[in-house]
Amino acid sequence: MAIVEATNATMQFGGLKAVNDVSIHIDEGEIVALIGPNGAGKTTMFNMLTGIYKPTSGVLAFNGVSVAGKKPHQICKMGIARTFQNIRLFANMTTLENVMMGRHTRSTAGPWQAILRGPGFKREEQRTTDEAAKWLRFVGLIGQANELAKNLPYGQQRRLEIARALATEPKLLLLDEPAAGMNTRESADLTKLVGRIRKTGVTVLLIEHDMKVVMDIADRIYVLDFGELIAEGKPVEIQRNPKVIEAYLGKGAEAMLAQQA
Amino acid sequence: MGGSKMDIQTKVGDGGWSKGKIALAVVGAILLVFLPVVLQGFVAMSFLVRILAVVGIYVMLALGLNIVVGYAGLLDLGYIAFYAMGAYSAAVVGNLFVKAVSHIGAVGLREFLTSSTFIFMLPVAALIAALTGISLGTPVLRLRGDYLAIVTLGFGELIRILATNNFLGLTNGAMGMSINVPNPVGLVAMQKPVINIPAVGFSFQFSVNLYWYYVVVLLICFTIFIVRRLDNSRLGRSWVAMREDEVAAASVGVNIRTAKLWAFALGALWGGLAGVVFANFQGFITPDSFSFLESVFVVSMVVLGGMGSIPGVIIGAALIGGLPAIIQGVAQSPMLASVFHIDAPTASAIANYRYLLFGLLMVVMMAWRPQGILPSKRRARELHPEDEKTLEEEDQSLWAVEHGIDGSGHDL
Repeated sequence: MAIVEATNATMQFGGLKAVNDVSIHIDEGEIVALIGPNGAGKTTMFNMLTGIYKPTSGVLAFNGVSVAGKKPHQICKMGIARTFQNIRLFANMTTLENVMMGRHTRSTAGPWQAILRGPGFKREEQRTTDEAAKWLRFVGLIGQANELAKNLPYGQQRRLEIARALATEPKLLLLDEPAAGMNTRESADLTKLVGRIRKTGVTVLLIEHDMKVVMDIADRIYVLDFGELIAEGKPVEIQRNPKVIEAYLGKGAEAMLAQQA
Repeated sequence: MGGSKMDIQTKVGDGGWSKGKIALAVVGAILLVFLPVVLQGFVAMSFLVRILAVVGIYVMLALGLNIVVGYAGLLDLGYIAFYAMGAYSAAVVGNLFVKAVSHIGAVGLREFLTSSTFIFMLPVAALIAALTGISLGTPVLRLRGDYLAIVTLGFGELIRILATNNFLGLTNGAMGMSINVPNPVGLVAMQKPVINIPAVGFSFQFSVNLYWYYVVVLLICFTIFIVRRLDNSRLGRSWVAMREDEVAAASVGVNIRTAKLWAFALGALWGGLAGVVFANFQGFITPDSFSFLESVFVVSMVVLGGMGSIPGVIIGAALIGGLPAIIQGVAQSPMLASVFHIDAPTASAIANYRYLLFGLLMVVMMAWRPQGILPSKRRARELHPEDEKTLEEEDQSLWAVEHGIDGSGHDL
């Protein structure tokens, strides 16, 4: 069953169609990659899916429910979590607190409970802390739990953002260039991490420029260029698709590649 | 799991107090209770009791504003409006209450109710102030940083101008209004015993100033108790997360609207409580007490002390609220005048320099220690310049990102 179903999704900013008539679907349990040159509209797709933008036209449905017009926090509660292209952590909160924030929609205590501190409140706080610690272990950051997020090295910050997203108990995880700025070793670790995330039953949609990562983990790939969907298929098919090669390398590149081969 | 649980302690709680901390708290508590008694006992120093009560009111204000500015990161330059709301509600509703109670036949009950008016006014004014906070908060939900600061500044002035213009005939305009509560509950009984130690010139009788000092101290303890619990909770964390990055906070499920409104409402509530005490303590209020400068003072207390840090904010309030008054008081106190032969004009000249000192203190602090005197542990290193882009992003409001404004345009 499709967990995400986008039909003719369009996002227009003034005269610019950042996403133009794009239809995609993602099945439950899949790892799907969204690729394309800079400015192709990939992050705009993410922002539409997470409620930051309301699509100009078209339908984006998550588990059969339209997400258009919903606020980011409501979409988070529905089960979509994300990371950001430029890491957006709570820099001056500790690593543990960052992940605890991910539990926000899965807990309920309001100001009264916070003041009265009844047994229910304490149980919930304990649960929040335990769950956060669980996800820190999952991404291998438990040793840095009390470190301020901004003091972590870059690669760990990326993983922390993933842990925070996972703590929201998503059904769909959107990763925006998770391997950006990582070295070969780090991106290999990331590939493994995404594999483990899939095993927990979470569907993954990722934007990524690192083709090794994409080819290693994606079941299917969508390619966007100038806001339009230009290709869809399995990694091997995409690698050979002339339109994709043209979008990335320019006209005539296909012939050149063929010559070299 | 078993063994792996040991690698980090994830127990929820305050972690207990060290012996040194307990000792410090005990000494502090003893000083808080008995120092004013000693001061009251010596004629030359009794003016300090009044200053302590005033400082206490500032501490309450600063703790309240700390919720809005320190935790939630919303710069409010019109905070004094809530203080004014508290004070005026205490005066208007309190006077009505006294009038209503005056029809009660039973003398004992009537006198008890009249003298406890301020206690009844605390929840009433707190509620009115909190509602005012929500009504300010709702239209400015999408604003942050400098824009928010300007709007709140306007709001603060609006309330003051309404009061000056005798809004709905309630405030008696620039003439001000008095609070017709003769003696607060228990004061008369407490004033009966007189302690004299002639050998050292000590003569103690309980005073109105002392009374309000203790009321303020009790309210401050209550405030700290509540604020600490809020800070260390789901709501408190979501405030800090919102302060750090509004878009990321929304993406992990924080309802930005609710979190901001709670911050405004709770911050305003404490402004209101402080206002009630102020109105009763002074017995008379005019719009002049709620000027923009007062808002600036309270913001300065929070910033100077350390945003988001309760002990820091208390120190900030004590310094900014207390120092000028102490300089003025000491310069004009009869004791010093006799020792240093200062005449009245010189004394007031010295007193006039008090704000110069304040200005100097602010400049030096912001240049050398922008995080404040006792910064909160989480916040400590935040104010040092970071990478431009990060700073810019942290300043974006969710609304601005949704609408592609804030200069950076849309991420594609």
